[in-house]
Amino acid sequence: MPDNGGMPSVLPDGEPMPADGVLPAHALAGAADRPLGFYLHVPYCATRCGYCDFNTYTASELRGSGGALASRENYADTLIEEIRLARKVLGDDPRQAGTVFVGGGTPTLLTAADLGRMLGAIRDEFGLADSAEVTTEANPESVGPAYLEQLRASGFTRVSFGMQSARQHVLKILDRTHTPGRPEACVRQAHAAGFDHVNLDLIYGTPGESDDDWRASLDAAIGADPDHVSAYALIVEEGTQLARRIRRGEVPMTDDDVHADRYLIAEERLAAAGFGWYEVSNWATSREARCRHNELYWTGADWWGAGPGAHSHIGGVRWWNVKHPGAYAQALAEGRTPGAGREILGAEDRRVERILLQLRLADGCPRELLTQAGSRAAERFLADGLLAPGPYEAGRAVLTLRGRLLADAVVRDLVD
Amino acid sequence: MIDTPGHVDFTYEVSRSLAACEGTILLVDAAQGIEAQTLANLYLALENDLHIIPVLNKIDLPAAQPEKYAAELAHIIGCEPSDVLKVSAKTGEGVTELLDKVVAEVPAPVGKADAPARAMIFDSVYDSYRGVVTYVKVVDGKLGKRERIRMMSTGAAHELLEIGVSSPEMAPADGLGVGEVGYLITGVKDVRQSKVGDTITQFSHGAQEPLGGYKDPKPMVFSGLYPLDGSDYPELRDALDKLQLNDAALVYEPETSAALGFGFRVGFLGLLHLDVIRERLEREFDLDLIATAPNVIYRVIMEDGTEYSVTNPSEFPNGKIAEVYEPMVRSTLLAPSEFVGAIMELCQSRRGALLGMDYLSEDRVELRYTLPLAEIVFDFFDQLKSKTRGYASLDYEPTGEQRANLVKVDILFNSEKVDAFSAILHKDKAYAYGVRMAGKLRELIPRQQFEVPIQAAIGSRVIARETVRAIRKDVLAKCYGGDISRKRKLLEKQKEGKKRMKMVGSVEVPQEAFIAALSTDEGDGKSKK
Repeated sequence: MPDNGGMPSVLPDGEPMPADGVLPAHALAGAADRPLGFYLHVPYCATRCGYCDFNTYTASELRGSGGALASRENYADTLIEEIRLARKVLGDDPRQAGTVFVGGGTPTLLTAADLGRMLGAIRDEFGLADSAEVTTEANPESVGPAYLEQLRASGFTRVSFGMQSARQHVLKILDRTHTPGRPEACVRQAHAAGFDHVNLDLIYGTPGESDDDWRASLDAAIGADPDHVSAYALIVEEGTQLARRIRRGEVPMTDDDVHADRYLIAEERLAAAGFGWYEVSNWATSREARCRHNELYWTGADWWGAGPGAHSHIGGVRWWNVKHPGAYAQALAEGRTPGAGREILGAEDRRVERILLQLRLADGCPRELLTQAGSRAAERFLADGLLAPGPYEAGRAVLTLRGRLLADAVVRDLVD
Repeated sequence: MIDTPGHVDFTYEVSRSLAACEGTILLVDAAQGIEAQTLANLYLALENDLHIIPVLNKIDLPAAQPEKYAAELAHIIGCEPSDVLKVSAKTGEGVTELLDKVVAEVPAPVGKADAPARAMIFDSVYDSYRGVVTYVKVVDGKLGKRERIRMMSTGAAHELLEIGVSSPEMAPADGLGVGEVGYLITGVKDVRQSKVGDTITQFSHGAQEPLGGYKDPKPMVFSGLYPLDGSDYPELRDALDKLQLNDAALVYEPETSAALGFGFRVGFLGLLHLDVIRERLEREFDLDLIATAPNVIYRVIMEDGTEYSVTNPSEFPNGKIAEVYEPMVRSTLLAPSEFVGAIMELCQSRRGALLGMDYLSEDRVELRYTLPLAEIVFDFFDQLKSKTRGYASLDYEPTGEQRANLVKVDILFNSEKVDAFSAILHKDKAYAYGVRMAGKLRELIPRQQFEVPIQAAIGSRVIARETVRAIRKDVLAKCYGGDISRKRKLLEKQKEGKKRMKMVGSVEVPQEAFIAALSTDEGDGKSKK
């Protein structure tokens, strides 16, 4: 159920990591002024969903490859090894963790105690800020009141449930096993367990989903009273079961215009219910309800991603871990970094990334990031109604509703 | 011995080779029978009064039917089937008999051994190590080693660096005597200095009268060639210059297209010639090219009497046109008789007029048509092959011009003309072409941020319209920590792709769209012209 913070299964090309994982000195310069977060990846799922290409493994997929080292039972201890490695690599960096996000995979396949111990390791090595946001993704089918209470007690502050749809036939295409109504019940249980912040993930544009199905899903999600909703267009990734079924003609492909329509429906329903968009696919009831951890990604802040295939970014150095849980555990057992490769971002790379990420935000990106050619493009987008004139006057490029749907096209010209 | 190319485009080469011979061996595949091109070359040889020795080769093949095809050949050249030699070059069977027959039947060369030398150039080839190699037949006199020679048409003098015979590799000799065929090398670098059809004589005390030459080959088919990457233009020019060293029939001049940038309008002898040149430019010179649809030369006479020769459809004159003439060909088609109906249907749909039809044997038919050349330059041959399961063969020769009701169809994106897509068509076919092209382009042009109307028009009259709807969604739903590198790299790739787009007004057109829209082999299996 990797719907937030999960990583795609294909790793980028980059340069090799030094064996001890040490960072170039410049990466830590001025670190104290930047927020620091942790992403913890849990690479296990009970079954693989037909649309999923994330770095996650079912028990049968792991059998015989990586052996006991990669087992779910040992996983918390293995990951804690990486947190200790992070402490060594970051040296005397004084920062506490401002956010922690546990994603997957299905984090709730681990016991609540395991999740608590992983969080505890961060608290021990780095300290948790008083107001820290600590989120875990959760599978509506595998958590109940006791589990949620345990999580809350160990320091988690936010839960994100993979709801996807309120319609049985849509869930079936997605291979989701929960029954409609179950996610809404989870939200109630999370509230009861003391969670103030609850997210529901939704997917639109699933083959066979109608506009009305989508409205029903939105209404069900809104009715459950979360303070945050993420809504993603279904991406049919190459190599997934769903891609094969579409190629064979068993299920129809959803076209982009339908995605556009569904997005507009989402904006309309969510806005009417008091949810404001703050990122292309994310809506929250207030500024406090936004996911601060994800905001780290979009603002180029620092985070350490622990777990197989996880990506990290500290001060313009990005690296990623080996994908397979067996290889990951092996590296840590031998005292090596599990990092598979890294890239050291140049000034232009960082400028481009800031534009492409911040433009997705309701706060937009500062105009000073634009070159002359980029500014000329921005003027065109203002005239075409893709950028909002008011914020632009005030110094920020902010997408209009139509612009949000064409964000990638806008970025392509703004980075000129 | 001179081996000749069989294809119709190179009839010119065949005819000049025939002029250097005393006799010909008509070599036909015993498993397939005679092809239209071979038949055409046979007629050329007969016109040259050459003695013909009919031979069936490959009689060792299991599918060979020597008796059947011997009867067919006998019928065509008017001999007895028993006169047709049966040979297998692979096993050697019958080869001795063939050579004996050549000796016995081919007449000895006639010419004056003691007259001043006159040698006919029937081919010249550029060799990057040795310069131009000139192939000649000595008609009178003799040429010796190290002799100074003179080209009779230009008066240019050269020294013979080497003279020799092909056996079949080049073998230097002391000289070439009357009736002999061989090669000579003078060190010149450009085949145009050693012009096919010219006569070579000694520099001093040379002959006064040149031999009758050949007429220059005229380009029949034109196409605009443009580098995909505009910065490759100088490389394309150099490559064409190099190819021309070896191919005097290749003509080109620079042209500019609003849509495609700088390129060349290139004239070819025919479709095969075009394919060969394109292929060589891409393979040997590593150029990526866009070629406009091949077209022929039109003669346009305006009401005020001005006359234009149009080799590029986008230059078809506007204004009051009195008459348009298009080049015609006389074509010969050979096929098994079961396909006669299909061939007639095809020729009819291409404005062909049947001249005659003969049965070469019980089940093989020769059809003769006059056809507008424009109707066969695009995909006629492919259509013919597909309608006859590959059995039909085609040959054609120019036969003047005809007045025709021709119009120019323009394609417009967003009301702006795309010169590369303009085409000259018969009025009756213009509408279908416009509809098809607009439909095809609608599939090929990616959706843009605004709606793009695609129109086909004759003058100011729109005959077809399609619309590329504006794109409504172009955003990745998810962008989290693990997606950023991939996303940035994708963006870099998309920027590269954007650079390769051609701008037509404000419309971005991928190069692939030009290639696909202009290609002859792409698509729907329907005819495109």
